[in-house]
Amino acid sequence: MEPILSIRNLNFYYGEHKALKDVNMDIYKNNVTAFIGPSGCGKSTFLRTLNRMNDFIENVKVEGNIIYEGKDIYSKEMEPVELRRRIGMVFQKPNPFPKTIYENIVYGLRKNGVNKKEVLDEVVEKTLKAVALYDEVKDKIHKSALELSGGQQQRLCIARAIAMQPDVVLMDEPTSALDPISTMKIEELVLELKKDYTIIIVTHSMQQAARISDYTAFFLNGEVVEYDETSKIFSNPRDKRTEDYITGRFG
Amino acid sequence: MRRIEFEGKERMNRLEKAVKIILTTLGLISIFTTIGIIFSLFEETFMFFKEVSIVEFLTGTKWTPLIEPTHFGVLPLVAGTMLIVVIAGLISIPLGLGSAIYLSEYAPKKVRKFLKPILEVLAGVPSIVYGYFALTAITPLIRNIFPETSVYNALSAGIAVGIMTIPLVSSMSEDAMMAVPDSLRNGAYALGATKLEVTKDVVIPTAMSSIVASFILAISRAVGETMIVAMAAGSTPKLTINPLESIQTMTGYIVQISMGDVPYGSLAYKTLFAVGTLLFLITFILNVISRHFVRKYRRAY
Repeated sequence: MEPILSIRNLNFYYGEHKALKDVNMDIYKNNVTAFIGPSGCGKSTFLRTLNRMNDFIENVKVEGNIIYEGKDIYSKEMEPVELRRRIGMVFQKPNPFPKTIYENIVYGLRKNGVNKKEVLDEVVEKTLKAVALYDEVKDKIHKSALELSGGQQQRLCIARAIAMQPDVVLMDEPTSALDPISTMKIEELVLELKKDYTIIIVTHSMQQAARISDYTAFFLNGEVVEYDETSKIFSNPRDKRTEDYITGRFG
Repeated sequence: MRRIEFEGKERMNRLEKAVKIILTTLGLISIFTTIGIIFSLFEETFMFFKEVSIVEFLTGTKWTPLIEPTHFGVLPLVAGTMLIVVIAGLISIPLGLGSAIYLSEYAPKKVRKFLKPILEVLAGVPSIVYGYFALTAITPLIRNIFPETSVYNALSAGIAVGIMTIPLVSSMSEDAMMAVPDSLRNGAYALGATKLEVTKDVVIPTAMSSIVASFILAISRAVGETMIVAMAAGSTPKLTINPLESIQTMTGYIVQISMGDVPYGSLAYKTLFAVGTLLFLITFILNVISRHFVRKYRRAY
């Protein structure tokens, strides 16, 4: 299988602190890859290196390579703004802009010169349908996105990300601020979306990883302890630490 | 384990009551003081309008309360104040907002730590120092460029008031922009927005209510500013929009009369209160508008 992202010998530093240690990983196309591990293990840091969201933090350093479409995303030829159009992101807390639902979805398109009304209208309808939000909000598309519930806001944020037609969608604990029903809807959505997108999801919940992912990486203290097909990780882990974690002995 | 004896709550309850009474009294004192000030202001103003009609006061274009024939049209003073406000706003709003954006979005942490206190020092400088600065530094500079400028002129005073109110705008706007959560910025960055787009589309609109409120506060401060205009703007009530001329503001007039020897109870004396009331109403309305903005546009963030 063809990897869409290849990570080689990646080290990451916050000042003096080494947060990621020699990470090597291939991420496969049209699959859901989950990162699990206890708090502070580096899984979110790693996720953010994939679309250079760590660039905004002062005093950090990256070593190693992340190859995307034959190019190192940290090389000079790669423009971070362009990269983030191709590798979208959904965050832990729903963060819709204080604008209308419509404007939230088309924001990224507008910033990239797409302003034709027919195109934007079509994208809004399609993406809202894709995230199963269309029926709930079709009458208030031009009302503030802040009026939506938390779960609806998060689905809107996913709609906003896929409106850019990215290759990869990064999700940083997208359900940790949501109730169980909203969580279930997001999980169903992820399974639906992997037909068209490659999804990488950081999650606190091992059950979630087991339910929705094809591949799972277990992080501990900045290292990838084990990375394999999800079924193997959960049924037959090779490393003792992975086994201890998934059986709930720590973390 | 040993049984713990708890003290009765009775003593605490008495303390609670006493504190409540003391705090209520303190609150009432400040409210009654304000009411007292407004009452005495309005009382004398009422006496003034017994002798001069409100229509003449509000629409007359000549203000010569001390020279025969006397005229009591307040418009020249209002125009003087407005001229100062416009000049000050042209200085403080762009400079204040610009520095707020720089400090909040562009400056590295170290630079911000160093620059912010310096900017706030500007707010702590006594206004008489600004007045002196206007007279001895800004006016000569203007006269170098426009030799026909009067020694006392609106432009010089307006610039000084503008500089003085920069920190009001910058400090309040910057606080509001810093309060915009990073998660919102990240959301825009993740969609391929540039730094300028994030600032323009996300940060400023989210912080808009406080930014507008800071503008109004700065304007209201400029309306009420006294020392600088009394020193540098002159004392010639004049209905003009030429900033190079000598003018007089409402506050400037009040200072002039308060320091002069106008007999107590005379009509000239009462003008003080009429002008004072008008000034009070203008700043009061500005403050109400500003509060309205903060409330109306307060977002969930």
